[in-house]
Amino acid sequence: MSVDILIAILATAITAGTPLLYAALGEILAERAGILNLGVEGMMLVGAVSGFIAAHYTSSPWAGVIAAMLAGGAMASIHALLTVTLRANQIVSGLSLTIFGTGLSGYLGKPIVGTPLETSFKAFEMPIMSSIPFIGPIMFKQDALVYLSYIIIPLMWYFLYRTKTGLNLRAVGENPAAADSLGINVFRVKYVYVIIGGMLAGIGGAYLSLMYVPTWMENITAGRGWIAVALVIFATWNPAQAILGAYIFGGIDALGFRLQAMDIMIPTYFLKMLPYIFTIIVLILVTGKNAAKHIGAPQSLGLPYDREER
Amino acid sequence: MTTDNTRSLISLEKKLSPSPVMNILVPVISVFLALLTGAIFLALTGKDPIQVYSVMFNGAFGTKYGLTESIVKAIPLLLAGLGLAVAFRMQLWNIGGEGQIYMGAFGATWLALLLPDQPAWVVLPAMMLAGAAAGGLWAVIPAIPRAYLGVNEIITTLMLNYVAILWVDYLVYGPWKDPAGYNFPITPSFSESAILPTFGDTRIHAGLLIGIVLAIIIYLIIFRTKFGYEIRVIGESPGAARYAGMNISRKIIVVMLISGAVCGLAGMAELSGVTHRLQQGFSPGYGYTAIIVAWLTRLNPLGIIIAALLFGGMQVGGFAVQMNGVPAAVVSMLQGGLLFFVLGGEILMRYRVSINSCRGDDKA
Repeated sequence: MSVDILIAILATAITAGTPLLYAALGEILAERAGILNLGVEGMMLVGAVSGFIAAHYTSSPWAGVIAAMLAGGAMASIHALLTVTLRANQIVSGLSLTIFGTGLSGYLGKPIVGTPLETSFKAFEMPIMSSIPFIGPIMFKQDALVYLSYIIIPLMWYFLYRTKTGLNLRAVGENPAAADSLGINVFRVKYVYVIIGGMLAGIGGAYLSLMYVPTWMENITAGRGWIAVALVIFATWNPAQAILGAYIFGGIDALGFRLQAMDIMIPTYFLKMLPYIFTIIVLILVTGKNAAKHIGAPQSLGLPYDREER
Repeated sequence: MTTDNTRSLISLEKKLSPSPVMNILVPVISVFLALLTGAIFLALTGKDPIQVYSVMFNGAFGTKYGLTESIVKAIPLLLAGLGLAVAFRMQLWNIGGEGQIYMGAFGATWLALLLPDQPAWVVLPAMMLAGAAAGGLWAVIPAIPRAYLGVNEIITTLMLNYVAILWVDYLVYGPWKDPAGYNFPITPSFSESAILPTFGDTRIHAGLLIGIVLAIIIYLIIFRTKFGYEIRVIGESPGAARYAGMNISRKIIVVMLISGAVCGLAGMAELSGVTHRLQQGFSPGYGYTAIIVAWLTRLNPLGIIIAALLFGGMQVGGFAVQMNGVPAAVVSMLQGGLLFFVLGGEILMRYRVSINSCRGDDKA
């Protein structure tokens, strides 16, 4: 394999991994606050369709990103209301969010299915950095949302592990009763990070409809929201590790396409199965490894917090 | 704790057991509120909600044809809802109903194509067995890592849905494609003996009887047997179950096998009763809708019969509104919204809600 092909594959892996990365970062925040949100797929879909509609009518992809954030945040706030205030089962609430989002996005997107987007995000070269050998053409000939994700990750890592607010967030996820007795407003923390998580999932969805595809079609996410939930476990709830996971999954996605183009004798259906089977295998391996190292989910993940039961 | 102001307005006290009135009232009110919210949404997007709902209702239940079609669509929801409810009872989140339906259909088709000349009393039981086995084994794949390593079954069961659908795609576009099918992604039609009998001149097929009988059997298993009791204990307090010496790992595998087998039967019944061949995308997400069907009834197998009929009606109503230019996706929106209200309403069952005057937080 020549270097050029390798560079092309790795660059596509980043592009394909970016929607997963945004969604996984959002889910990390929500789960760090102790709320499991299985509505990622639904939030991404609603983000994708709202982003596309906004970008289509304003001719500005950034307006699309903002609309997607708002839509994803609004979807997430339903989940927050149900699970934080009404203490509903987080698994079922998240599932209904996904089913609801699939329907809502299909409904809103019906009139614009397949419309091409005139002003999608375009790749551009980062001056200086794009001339770094090997790394440059892989990482720095991307589009604005990819560059934005390069900035968000270190910021989020710093926030989680080096700031007091980040510490409070982690405390809420690990032990909400203790956090509460320290004067942290547990309910507010949960609301805030579930909603920010939804905004990030919205961006992930919009990346698909504004850059990766770029058009709207029903179920454009094709299970990527669920792969993002798996990525959170893979990343052991650490944003820095989510990068690696997202790009590996993106690479598998891209590899399927590349093999298809190379006319290999494997039916396309089997190549399309790759990311899903890969997710299962990775999840099994990672769960075993985490258990051995005693790395686990935030202690209170999935449990409703009831002040009277402290 | 003076900083928390949500507390001072509404206070929640845990009830010891949900009241039976609330058990009926909450789903009924939820349906009403979901329709109301849907109406506001329809009005906001420029549709006439009353017209949409009346078209939907008439399409589903207004004519004899609509009503029988609603029952036809209810059959796979009933079977899959039952399958999922068994697993959900144990807090085992089988989200893979859709894939198990597809694998059940695959197993049933294999037998139907293998035994074209056998009589119905051989072929139909063989298809049922193969469908149940294929669906069940498909569910065991994620059950094993769940049982022995604690691997999250929500994600693995869901991932297998995509794999199963692609597998069926491969078959109907490839080796099993009907040579006389004008290149459509379908297998050849089943022989007469591979087709479930129907009632009168309707399309309602014997799958309905299978579903009702299974609902009763599963009800009895869950509430009247030691096995069912253990499933419920594991679901409600796994710690106590382990302390009582129950073998949880083995139970996970058995329950997933049953759950997947019943979902597989849903696939078999849909093919043998309705499509009479395997075709691409024959299930419009029955496995996902069945999650709502099961949860709406609080996992009561007998209640699932009624909920499946309601949702079958929504499916048919969705086709009716589509002809009037309203996307059929409005149906899954309503269904998802319905579950929100059911979930929110559960708090009324589990807690006594009281609104305090603004005197402060003296109750807490």
